Amino acid sequence: MSQTVTATRVLSYLEDGKTLRSWLLTTDHKRIAILYALSITVFFFIGGTAAALIRYNLVTPQGALPSAETYNRLFTMHGVIMVWFFLVPAAPVTIGNFIIPLMIGARDLAFPKINLMSWYLFMAGGACALYALFAGGVDTGWTFYAPLSSNYAQGHVVAVVAGIFISGFSTIATGLNFVVTIHRLRAPGLTWYRLPVFIWSFYATSVIFLLATPVLAITLILLSFERIFHVGVFDPRIGGDPLLFQHMFWFYSHPAVYIMVLPGMGIVSQIIPCFSRKELFGYKFVVWCSVAIAVIGFFVWGHHMFVSGQSPYASIVFSLLSYFVAVPSAIKVFNWLGTMHKGRIHFNAPMIYALGFVGLFTSGGLTGLFLAALAADVHLHDTYFVIAHFHFIMVGGMVSAYFAALHFWWPKITGRMYPETIARGAALLMFLGFNFTFLPQYILGYLGMPRRYHSYPPEFQVLNVLSSAGASILAVAYVLPLFYLGWSLFRGERAPRNPWRATGLEWTTDSPPITRNFLVVPTVTSGPYDYADPHTKLADV
Amino acid sequence: MIWKFLPQASSSAWETDGLLIGLTLVTGAVLFLVFGLMLVYAVRYRDSSPIDRGKIAEKTFRFEISWTIATLVIFFGLFVWGADLYARLMIPPTDAVRIYVVAKQWMWKIEHQGGQREIDTLHVPVHTPIELVMTSQDVIHDFFVPAFRVKRDVLPNQYETMWFTAEKTGTYHLFCAQFCGLDHAVMTGQVVVQTQADYADWLARNGTSQTLAQQGEPLFIRYGCSGCHSGNGTVRAPSLAGLYGRPVPLSDGSVVTADDRYIRDSILQPKRQVVAGFAPVMPSFDGVIPEDDLIRLVAFIQSLAPERPR
Repeated sequence: MSQTVTATRVLSYLEDGKTLRSWLLTTDHKRIAILYALSITVFFFIGGTAAALIRYNLVTPQGALPSAETYNRLFTMHGVIMVWFFLVPAAPVTIGNFIIPLMIGARDLAFPKINLMSWYLFMAGGACALYALFAGGVDTGWTFYAPLSSNYAQGHVVAVVAGIFISGFSTIATGLNFVVTIHRLRAPGLTWYRLPVFIWSFYATSVIFLLATPVLAITLILLSFERIFHVGVFDPRIGGDPLLFQHMFWFYSHPAVYIMVLPGMGIVSQIIPCFSRKELFGYKFVVWCSVAIAVIGFFVWGHHMFVSGQSPYASIVFSLLSYFVAVPSAIKVFNWLGTMHKGRIHFNAPMIYALGFVGLFTSGGLTGLFLAALAADVHLHDTYFVIAHFHFIMVGGMVSAYFAALHFWWPKITGRMYPETIARGAALLMFLGFNFTFLPQYILGYLGMPRRYHSYPPEFQVLNVLSSAGASILAVAYVLPLFYLGWSLFRGERAPRNPWRATGLEWTTDSPPITRNFLVVPTVTSGPYDYADPHTKLADV
Repeated sequence: MIWKFLPQASSSAWETDGLLIGLTLVTGAVLFLVFGLMLVYAVRYRDSSPIDRGKIAEKTFRFEISWTIATLVIFFGLFVWGADLYARLMIPPTDAVRIYVVAKQWMWKIEHQGGQREIDTLHVPVHTPIELVMTSQDVIHDFFVPAFRVKRDVLPNQYETMWFTAEKTGTYHLFCAQFCGLDHAVMTGQVVVQTQADYADWLARNGTSQTLAQQGEPLFIRYGCSGCHSGNGTVRAPSLAGLYGRPVPLSDGSVVTADDRYIRDSILQPKRQVVAGFAPVMPSFDGVIPEDDLIRLVAFIQSLAPERPR
């Protein structure tokens, strides 16, 4: 069971090189995942601090922060950091980078050096954006709508845009790496239908990375050209079209929503079967739903533009397509519930986080139906309803899934067990704090409070105070893992190879894995969720 | 209780609310199902539960097909509901009173047909369809009146329209809903809905000597429009008498309706839509005529009755 039994002990990836150089020049996908994990944690807390200040400002109707300018720059910073430097990369570059090769029985990703380069690109982009945000920031909102961003806004628009542009190449490279790895490096016997849904989800995500991110890059280049050289692309005063910007921006940014959430779906598709001790219900349906979401997700961007002056006929088509893209998501939720049915359910922290994902994702998805309904969107568009909706999907859903994955694979990644009781508590606290923060925002949105307001009419105060109170609970829930996971690195119980008795090749190697992942290339002879005997007891840890 | 803060003050408000209630019911039902099943399973099939798991379903196909179809049917119903109302919100009644809105960082300028002007406040009569013809002088703004459940982006260099019929007198919030820079949060105002009598009174008290169309007439001469379009010039240009609201055949064979947007576009970009049978000789007035004057010119052209000798 334990790695110390082998006579000639092979070093784990953590022990294989102790110098800073051995980390910064590593091509080991596991070490690069750790580099990424540390970086995005920093970004998460920077973006989170901005969020805390936003909620602080909104406690009073006139705005607790001294100036609207500060507030505008804060919410722009919050959006930019959270979207491009946390949510989009989070699950793929950390969990995906670490787990994908292990899960398919490969020694590394297909292009280890490109993988390292991706991290450097990410950091370069991040540095660029952080420089701009701290040197004075931008006040355009993370959506950079032209002509505000191109010809009117003050601040370091070009620097922030350059940061996003550079980090975009990092995600393109990662996407390429994953696609090639999944095609070429699967272990013998690991056919496509034996791949865990996790792999399918990350595959779908990678395809979106490859197809959508270049469009964002083009959009941002054009924006910079207009800003620097006054070439008329988006500003009608110089011959451009402002709707063109929105079309191009959302052509990337709507699929980007699926970049953020598909990995989460993959993660819970591993965790729910494991802690229900049962095969995933409707495996093939879940798989093809991931693919369907990735494909249809490219044809719904216009639902961000129902009141923008887009042709009403286009709006009607986009509304219908938006309902279609919600169908596969709904099917997945039913399949996860079907998996729990007649299982033997264990409530370890990853499972609680995963169930939190299912609940919050479902709530967020259902409120998406409001915004896809044309006339309802006319009222709700650009209000706090939208804010609550996408935070339910991205923060409630995706961040829960990220934490679920972090806890689930923590023993594999670090070789240590995390403290179970406090982790369960944190998972519950996150769920409660999240609802407390964002449920009032649905009502605020219905009542008509527009987003991005530094001050607001006094009748909205009660709900805003409630939301801010919830945010302080949420903040505690986010800080807690930092402490107990940090503690477990040094004091946590040593983890066995497979503490959850889960299926999957990653659990057949040491915890933490050796640098080469596997001593012998594994051969696969069965399906991905072979929890054949639901009466097997899971050893409680 | 909630409607204390958000009255249903327009003819479409209760319809939008109906749709929202429908959506809320669907959401509630699905959430009840999902959270309910999750809780029931969590208790019933917890590891320590001695309950007999029995035979586990092997074939999932039936379940998958049934919940896929159920979801599709419900979603399609919601789509049709939302789209139907949206389509009606897009088409203004022909008898709507037109009011012009010019947005700029960070204020709303309103111009009534009678020449009355106001800033950050819009006075409208109750029970009367109002069509707002809106444009922006700088960035994108958005005219949002929560009590009417309507909003529409206001774009630079083009006209966007939005209509509503206010059904309750009172004063309601007007918000800019599209982030437009520093003072976005204070680009707010109010919509005052008055009885017909009060509104007439307000118009009279705030009236100028000239209506918008009358103010447009000297501009029509000053910008040189009359030189060609008044019928006695040396250049042959299409007559503008009775143009407004009529279908116009274009040189490329298509036909457009001469609405505010068409007239404005034809002044600024005359070569884009050339009237059939005429040479594209008119120069562009883009950047020459400010938005305020454009509104007056459009109002003037609109006022040109067909029988009026010009």
